[in-house]
Formats: sequence, C-alpha cells, structure tokens
Amino acid sequence: MADNEDEEYRIKEGDCVVLKRGGIYKAVQILPRKKVIFEKQWIFLDNVVGHLYCTTFEILSGGVLQPKKEDKDTESSTEVKVTGTDNRNIVDDGKSQKLTRDDIETLKEQGLEGQEIIKQLIENSSTFTNKTGYAQDKYIKKKKQKYENTVTILKPTSRILAMMYHGREPGKICHLRYDTLAQLLTLSNIHAGSKVLVFETCAGLVLGAVMERMGGYGSVIQMYPGGGPVRAGVESFGFPVHFHKTLHEFPICHVNALLAGSLDTTVKDPAAEEEQNQPEAEQQEGSPEEQRMETTAAEDAAPDQEELEKEKRKEVKVQEKKVKLEEKRRKLAAAAALLEGRDADGLVIASRFHPCPVLLGLIKFLSPSRPFVVYSQYKEPLIECYTKLKEQGGTVNLKLTDTWLRHYQVLPNRTHPLLLMSGGGGYLLSGTTVALDHSKPAGSSRSEEPAPKRQKTEKLRE
Amino acid sequence: MRRTRPTMSFVEYSDLIQDGDVVIVYMGHNSVMPVKVQHGSQTQTRYGAIRHSSDLIGQRYGSKVTCSKGGWVLVLHPTPELWTVCLPHRTQILYTTDISVITMMLELKPGSVVCESGTGSGSLSHAILRTVAPTGHLHTVEFHEQRAQKVAEEFKEHRVDHLVTVRNQDVCKDGFGVTGVADAVFLDIPSPWDAVGHAKSALKKHGGRLCSFSPCIEQVQRTCEALADHGFQEISTLEVLLRVHDVRTISLPLPDFGPDHSAPSEPRTTEEAPPTATLSPASISIKTTTPPREMPGHTGYLTFATKPRT
Repeated sequence: MADNEDEEYRIKEGDCVVLKRGGIYKAVQILPRKKVIFEKQWIFLDNVVGHLYCTTFEILSGGVLQPKKEDKDTESSTEVKVTGTDNRNIVDDGKSQKLTRDDIETLKEQGLEGQEIIKQLIENSSTFTNKTGYAQDKYIKKKKQKYENTVTILKPTSRILAMMYHGREPGKICHLRYDTLAQLLTLSNIHAGSKVLVFETCAGLVLGAVMERMGGYGSVIQMYPGGGPVRAGVESFGFPVHFHKTLHEFPICHVNALLAGSLDTTVKDPAAEEEQNQPEAEQQEGSPEEQRMETTAAEDAAPDQEELEKEKRKEVKVQEKKVKLEEKRRKLAAAAALLEGRDADGLVIASRFHPCPVLLGLIKFLSPSRPFVVYSQYKEPLIECYTKLKEQGGTVNLKLTDTWLRHYQVLPNRTHPLLLMSGGGGYLLSGTTVALDHSKPAGSSRSEEPAPKRQKTEKLRE
Repeated sequence: MRRTRPTMSFVEYSDLIQDGDVVIVYMGHNSVMPVKVQHGSQTQTRYGAIRHSSDLIGQRYGSKVTCSKGGWVLVLHPTPELWTVCLPHRTQILYTTDISVITMMLELKPGSVVCESGTGSGSLSHAILRTVAPTGHLHTVEFHEQRAQKVAEEFKEHRVDHLVTVRNQDVCKDGFGVTGVADAVFLDIPSPWDAVGHAKSALKKHGGRLCSFSPCIEQVQRTCEALADHGFQEISTLEVLLRVHDVRTISLPLPDFGPDHSAPSEPRTTEEAPPTATLSPASISIKTTTPPREMPGHTGYLTFATKPRT
C-alpha cells in the first residue's frame, strides 16, 4: 500500500479536502483536533492524514474516523430473497415496523453499525417480504442513506466544488449551476498561457475554476468591487503556491482612471485614502482574535506598563500598515501594467451586479478576436447587454443561451429521468470581440440618435 | 506592455496572421469557414475573393478584410469552439454544450492525460487538447483508417500534433494502446460496454474519471451494467440541452376601447399633454427573447463514472 508514487495522492495535514456522503459535499481544511460538523455529526479529521484520497471512512463514537473495510454489501445481509409481486395486500396501518423509535435509538447508542441497524429494521418489518424486489431495493437504499455512517474524503476539483456550492449555498454563487459553469469555461476558451479577466461575486468559485483550467500558466486578473477581492472558494481548491503568483487583482473603482490614462500607481496617497475608508474588519483577518488576546494580557499588567505596551503596539501597527500599503500599491501597479496593453485574451463576468456596465467597461481591455462570457441569474439584463453591444459594435457571434440539465436513474428495468430537476441554472451571453471599425465611429454618435430612429436601424439589422 | 506572441495554434493565441495559419473567416450570423493561409493563394467567398498575401498575412486577428467584390468579412483566431461549427464532418460530431460538460465532469485541466475513442471528426479532440496543453496528452483511437489519417493531418495543421497520439485500431479489441497512464477516458462508440475493461486498464492505478456518450438508452443501460461489474463508482447519467434565445424587439398592438368618458379629463391637461398625445399609441414595443422554432432535443446521454484506486 505504501507505494512512493502514491505520495501525491495522500491526505496531508493542512490540505483542503471535500467530505462526501451520498450526494452531499462539504469543503474543509484538515487541521489537528479540529471539530467539523458534517451532516449533523461532529467528526475529527486527524485520522485521515496519511490515507489516500477517495478513501471511505466510518464514523465511530466520538467522531473518530476509521477506514471502512471492504465493501460488504448490505445485500448480503438480506440473503432471504423472498419477494412479492405487487402491493395489493400491503396496507398502510403504520404498524409494519415492530421496532419503536426508542428501540432504534438504543441500537444507535449501543454503537451498532449502520448495516446492522438496517438488518434489524428489515427483520422487524412485517411487510418487507411482501414487497417487490424493486421496492425492497428502494427500502434498503433509503435506510442506508439514513443509518450508514460513512464519509469519503475527496480532492477538491471544480466539478466537486461547483456541485457542492450549487447544492449547499446556491445563493452565494448567484445560482450558477455546474453545467452552466462548464459552458462558461468552454465558451471563454480558458486555457493555459492566456491572460484572463474575471469579475465575479460567486465566492471565488468561478475564479478558482478559471485558475484550475489555466494550470498555473498565464495570468488571471481578478477585477473586484468594494474593499477587496472575495476568494473563499479559491482557497477550497487548495492550489499549489505557484498558482497564486499568476493571480492579480485590480479594484473596479480604478477602471475609469486606468482607461483615461490618469491612474497613477506611483503615488501612495489615493491607495492610502482608500485603505482608511475600508471597514476595519477587512484590513486584516486575524485582528479580532489578536485584539482579544491583547486585552486579556493587558488586564494583568500594571497601568503604566499597559500604556507603554499600547504605544509599542501602535508603532508596530503603523509600521505594519505602511508595509501593507506598499504591498497593495505594488500589486495595483502590477495589475495595471497587465491591463494597460488592452490585450487580454478572455473575459468572464459572473456577479450579482448589473452586468451591462461591467461588460461595457471591461471589454475594452480585450484584444480583438477573443471570447467573452457574461453570466446572469436573470435573462433581462443580458438582453440589455446584447442590445448595447449590437449598438456599439466591436463584437460578433453574440449568443444568449441557457442549458437544461436532466439526470437519469439507470437501473435494470427501472430507468427513467429523475423525478426532480433543477428549474434554472442561469443564463449566459457569449461572443467574440473584433476590431472596431474606425471608418465610421458609430458607437457614440448612434447612441445620441433619437430613440425611434435607433430602434428602426436595429430592426433593420436584425 | 504588449507581449510577444507565438505563432498561432489551437492551444495558444497569437496577434498577427502568418503564413501557414488556419484562420476562421466570419461571414455573418452562423456562417463561418476555415481557411488555411498560404502565400499567393486565394479563397472565394460570397463577398468576393480574399488574397492571402495582401489581405490576410500580417493582419491582426479580429480585423475586417475587404474582399474583391467590395464586401467584407472578419478573420477570427481559431478556437476549438469555432472549429466545431465549421469543421469538415466525416462523422456525427459532439457540440460545445456536451463538450463543456464532458470537460468539467472528467476534471480535465493542463497536464491531464486523456484517452478517447473514436476520434471521429476531431471535434471533442480539439477541445481536449486545448484544455490539457501544454503538459498533458491525448491518446485517441479511431478504427477507420482514412478518418485516423485525416484527423492526424488536421492536428499537424493546427500545430497541436505534439500533444496527441492517433492510433488506428479497434478500441473494443485492442484497447487504447496505453496502460495505467490516463486521468480520464472518453468513449463515443456504438458498443461502449465492450471497451469498459480497456478503459479501466488505461486509467491510472490511483483512479480516474470515465465518460461514455450514447444516443440510445439501451446502450446506456448496458454501459452502466458493465461499469458496475468492473467496479466503477459514482455512476451517473445525465443529459444537457442548449436553449438559444433570439433577442427581438417585438411590437404588441393595443386594442382601441373607444373614448373613455369615465376618466377625469382635468389632471391630464395640467400635465404637459399636447392634444395629439390623447390619441393612445397603437402599439408598444419591447425587447424580449423568443425560442427558436425548432431546437435539438437530444444529442446523447452522458454517463460518468469514477474508477477507484486499485
């Protein structure tokens, strides 16, 4: 089992992993003695370190995990294969299960394995043997889901994280369904070596998916709104360090200045002002805890010493702030330098903001003949984007689309689409940039035309 | 800070069109064609001829090119997606909607090693190569000799031949020609269940992902059984459908109810309402979308599975 080539597939302390049970996922980091709640259970992940990814663990009492032994199928516990042919004699009297709720609780408290509990439930079900084979399978499957206490540890990928976010917190990713994310990545031709602009408010999931497809080659410039970029989702991918060197950030509030050529990245003042305007919490993550620790320490100290310490801390803080500001300025300059050539290879927008101004502003940074994709949970803002792009020119191949996703149950003689499907996974507007025609500067003059005339010319074009 | 761009390939952008490039000529809505750029050569379009030496070579990708009859076209940088809509069909092909889902669910990324069969017209192959470059590799198997040859030529023309090995053999009998190297396997053949064993041995020891594309549910059924028999896990079958929305300005006529006597007339005159405005508009126009009259309702079922570590 201890092959050397396995090393890269082993779970290490500090790794970002995804827990899986059935169709439920949760992203966590492996930290010693850290309690994790998964599916209403406390578990500790200490034991999984050193095992291979994709290993399934059993949850023992106290939340300790233990690798599951070879899959002894539950089927074997129900060897008595007596089945009925139909349900004409099965009556729902609510008394078919002889075990009471309390009985089941005691079984659980005894630390009985999930499989054993299921076996007991079957033995005590008076109707089980009258059920058809299919119904028996279904019964076992249902009970398995409820009582089997296992968790599988997976390596995070965009497939898994996109499914996780869509299942757990669709609101955080603007209801971007995973098949829509898949379309977005393909339509924007994301690949190694390109220079891609990303504007997203999907917790960093879209950014992470783009980075995964770039494989650490090329550059990604995250255009962010507000005080700082959100990257929780990116962390969950657990990218190697060198990936982060390809990731740049640029505040969207400086886009106009950059486009006008008036952004001065050598002066520290504008950045400093911005820093001060930021809410405290965003300045440094660890600060609340630090402060708490500091205050408890201060209580024990003498008052004059306290004063002294305070001053010292102030100084340190000022110094830290200075370093941070300088770092921020350097980052801004680096991102600005990447953008200034206006030769980016791709643009991806997926946010809760109105996509129209974002698209019209950022598309100016693209080279001609490059794809762009805009995601929106709603169709109407994309109709507006489409109309504006048609007005100003400079794009072809405009397409407003969405996808339907249908899952199937495939079982012998029981194959059919799943009863439940997702109602909507959002909409995409995609297209390709082309060189603007300079012979007739249509863009600005056309938008000043009276509305009726504009409509007429549009109709003609369609 | 303009970068120096390499020559065009399907896995790397370049800025200027050079001799030997393959460019995509865009002639209007849904009308594109690939052109191999050669000094001294000409290409006929319905807008007139394009002379490669003067009209294409040295031009920036994305620019407008005036043809001999005065009409113009746009020249676009090739991408797998543009190639998919203009490649010469030798077989039924996979389109971008399915390709996107396949790429993500197979967890393809730079460095992935992929096995594919059959190669067909190479629509999916180009998308795979784009995603796994520069360090990955595609082993593709096509049992039809002429098709295998043709697609190998295309890979060379598109400057991606260093990333792909084409094998002319029967995947169901002879497998993929590699063992224990693949991160992912894709099957688009009439009897995928016969290739599941070979797929398993092509995948890495530590595991990997598999996808099978089949138009018929009976094929899916047999494939799923074979996958389960070979110990594959997370078996899941799905289907994706693309809906294209045509953006339209529509005009809805308003019915005439005749003069409205109940409405108070005073406030209206206090607002700036010229006498003509009292005539209600005959219609209202709005921006909306309409679905196309017909759309592809089925391409194929996609069955995914994970090979566990062996």
